[in-house]
Amino acid sequence: MPDFQFTVNGKPVSVALDNDETPLLNVLRNNLGLMGTRFGCGLEQCGCCTVLIDGKPEKCCAKPIYAVAGKSVVTIEGLGTPSSPHPLQQAFLDEQAGQCGYCLSGIIVTAKALLDDNPKPTRAEIAQALDDNICRCGSHNRILRAVEKAAAIMRGARA
Amino acid sequence: MNAPTLPPLLADNAVLERWVSFPTPGKVLVRTGRVEIGQGVLTAMRQIAADELDVAMERIVLQSGDTLVAPNEGYTAGSQSIQFGGVAMRQACADVRALFIAQAATVLGCAESELTIRDGSILRNGASTGQDYWTLAGAVDLSVKATGAGQRKPVAAMNIIGASVARSDLPAKVFGEPVFLHDVVMPGMAHARVVRQPNRGATIDDINEAAIKRAAKGPVELVRHGNFLAILGDDETAVDLATAAAAKHVTWTNVETPTALQAEASWLRQRPAVERKFGAPEAADSQGRQRFEATYTRGYLAHASISPSIGMAVFKDGVLTVWTHCQGVYPLRAALVKTLGLDVSKVIVHHVQGSGCYGHNGADDAAADAAIVAMQKPGVPIRVRWRREEEFIYEPKTPAMIVKVHALLDDDGKPVDWTQEIWSPTHNQRPGAGGNLLGALALPNPPPEPPPNDVPESNGGGATRNGEPLYDIAAKRMLHHLVIEPPVRTSALRGLGAMPNVFAAECCIDELAERAGKDPVEYRLSIISDKRARAVIEKVAAMAKWNPKEPGGSGRGRGVAFARYKNRAAYTACVVELDVDEEIRLRHVWCATDAGLVINPDGAINQIEGGIIQSASWVLKEQVRFDNSAISGVASFDWETYPVLRFSEVPEIDIELINTKDDVPLGVGEVTAGPTAAAIGNAVSHALGSRIRDLPLTRERIMASLLKE
Repeated sequence: MPDFQFTVNGKPVSVALDNDETPLLNVLRNNLGLMGTRFGCGLEQCGCCTVLIDGKPEKCCAKPIYAVAGKSVVTIEGLGTPSSPHPLQQAFLDEQAGQCGYCLSGIIVTAKALLDDNPKPTRAEIAQALDDNICRCGSHNRILRAVEKAAAIMRGARA
Repeated sequence: MNAPTLPPLLADNAVLERWVSFPTPGKVLVRTGRVEIGQGVLTAMRQIAADELDVAMERIVLQSGDTLVAPNEGYTAGSQSIQFGGVAMRQACADVRALFIAQAATVLGCAESELTIRDGSILRNGASTGQDYWTLAGAVDLSVKATGAGQRKPVAAMNIIGASVARSDLPAKVFGEPVFLHDVVMPGMAHARVVRQPNRGATIDDINEAAIKRAAKGPVELVRHGNFLAILGDDETAVDLATAAAAKHVTWTNVETPTALQAEASWLRQRPAVERKFGAPEAADSQGRQRFEATYTRGYLAHASISPSIGMAVFKDGVLTVWTHCQGVYPLRAALVKTLGLDVSKVIVHHVQGSGCYGHNGADDAAADAAIVAMQKPGVPIRVRWRREEEFIYEPKTPAMIVKVHALLDDDGKPVDWTQEIWSPTHNQRPGAGGNLLGALALPNPPPEPPPNDVPESNGGGATRNGEPLYDIAAKRMLHHLVIEPPVRTSALRGLGAMPNVFAAECCIDELAERAGKDPVEYRLSIISDKRARAVIEKVAAMAKWNPKEPGGSGRGRGVAFARYKNRAAYTACVVELDVDEEIRLRHVWCATDAGLVINPDGAINQIEGGIIQSASWVLKEQVRFDNSAISGVASFDWETYPVLRFSEVPEIDIELINTKDDVPLGVGEVTAGPTAAAIGNAVSHALGSRIRDLPLTRERIMASLLKE
């Protein structure tokens, strides 16, 4: 059984799998016990499974594990914790940006990638960056406000 | 003295310790039959209990949705959680508090009137007594029934009810913690997928088991019971590969697929139906009055929950335990008992959160699937997670509807006689309310089709929900053609019939206003005396700076609409501003809502806004389509074939709650479904100078409307 090696949230992992096309989502959830990255469609359409691979936001529900070997993966768990939240996570709580919350992992990771790339996005740019993420409950405007708020805080922290 | 009347849900679950108990020092165990579906109800119930019991929210340990321990409140549906469940919770807590005050008075040898409670501690004339809920708990018998004697807190004394307390479940979601049913792992768990029976009566012809197993690239097992077929394994990837292959390697006979034509509301007109009539007798003749008539339609919609449904079950030592995200654990238990032939004492159902469901989606069926497989594999925890396509195809859809309004008008152009004629299949196929579990149809001896039925009008109706406008009209009636044998299974989606009924009625009101040469806001106010209705209409007009003289036909439009959900829940009025050229671009939505006593204002606004966005998505984009190229016939099976509103398409939204210190809470979860749809319809009409009466408002319909003169 071949080993696949990559890093997750800064830590090296090695996973032995028979099927080198096992989706990264399944590896994160079923092999590594990281449940924060969620299954929405398996078709790379809804964004629930978005993680960062070498810093870029990617849907991982159909990403074969062989394509992840040697790369660095960041999941929602790697952004922050209750005792040390990422500014995005804190902003989402401050704005109460969510209803069922199932889409939030993918959205927060996507937003992080946006802010890494563009620290001062307009609301329209934030919306465009999130157009590949579906929120069915209708928390869109709160989410946009939360991302704007986090961006401002992160810019302030940098200053 | 007559005993006070208990709130119905408390009367049904009258033993107090079913609601409140004090098993742990410093903590209060509170149980609710309501389940969290993203609407914030668990936070609201904590607020209610904390305020009525006078304890800090942090002391509340809440259990919900559990046949072992929680009250039976039926379904968390119908916008009833606070209006009915919350009222029951308040009274249960008030009764408990009263028992403790009585016991404290006895122990302290004083009058009850000298006692207050602060964060669980008993104070006598404001001073500490050393007594609290936990010192007294041993002497207070909570196995007694509620009497309704406890005084609920008056609004003026409330501290926590009415505050926008942060959602207790949101942090776990923001940090990616394993809080959903999808995240539960049990030792020895098997992943399972169902090879779905395509329709009632379809039978398995052949299974090429070897080919399926080859495709899995890992060990999988097939489990079959009648025409119910599942694929199991320890490796979820292998199970998914096997299931994909099964589409080619399992063949069926007696397959019936719906046709493209059957997806259109117009198909309903000629279908066999049960005729139902409500309201005033038919007008004998028009008595020389002007007549008005218009027909509005909407197609089938999917719940399209962001997470496909999932169920878990284990059958061990004769007991079946099920974990589900469905809306009603007790009705599900009853349905499982019937389907599996188990005794009710041998079936336990626990609720664990799923994603937003917005009604009867695949959750009950996924739970049943897991239960069926679990009984074939005793001792093995079974996890059935539906695929995305499976959720789209097999979840119950809200039925297509035709709504025809006929009205007679007086000399001022106001309606004096109003008939709402509705063609619609049922909105009620919940298991436990007459419908069958999907998996049951594939088992040996499948249950028969339920007799034609819809949600009772005493519960707000299904197809007839909001079929009678609230306006002051002397004679109102509804004719419901309950269409039997729809092309797909139909059941409850948020709002049920209210969205098409309010869409039709409120667009007709605008058409009548235009005929009478009146502004739409002014016209509505001229035909409604209900003070709370007038208040939301006037409020939203002020919020939107409604300008009666604004001309239309230039491509930018504004529309207004009003409804009181079920004519007995919350009141809402919406104004929508949008642009239309080939497509509709929503610019702004304003909404004023009167939900009476609001437990958590931010939570209510969150729900109202979510409802606005969802209704906008239905109106602009959504229709389930059929074709007979696939075995299921459902051509809307993923997010490309069933698009929903995206971030860039969501307008600015302003919402205000009014009358929030009223004594009585009114259900708010579904209130904006109808008015948003109608306000969009009215705004499009204003923008184009012509009216589109069929939903969704597709590009084709816009173009056709622009071309016709």
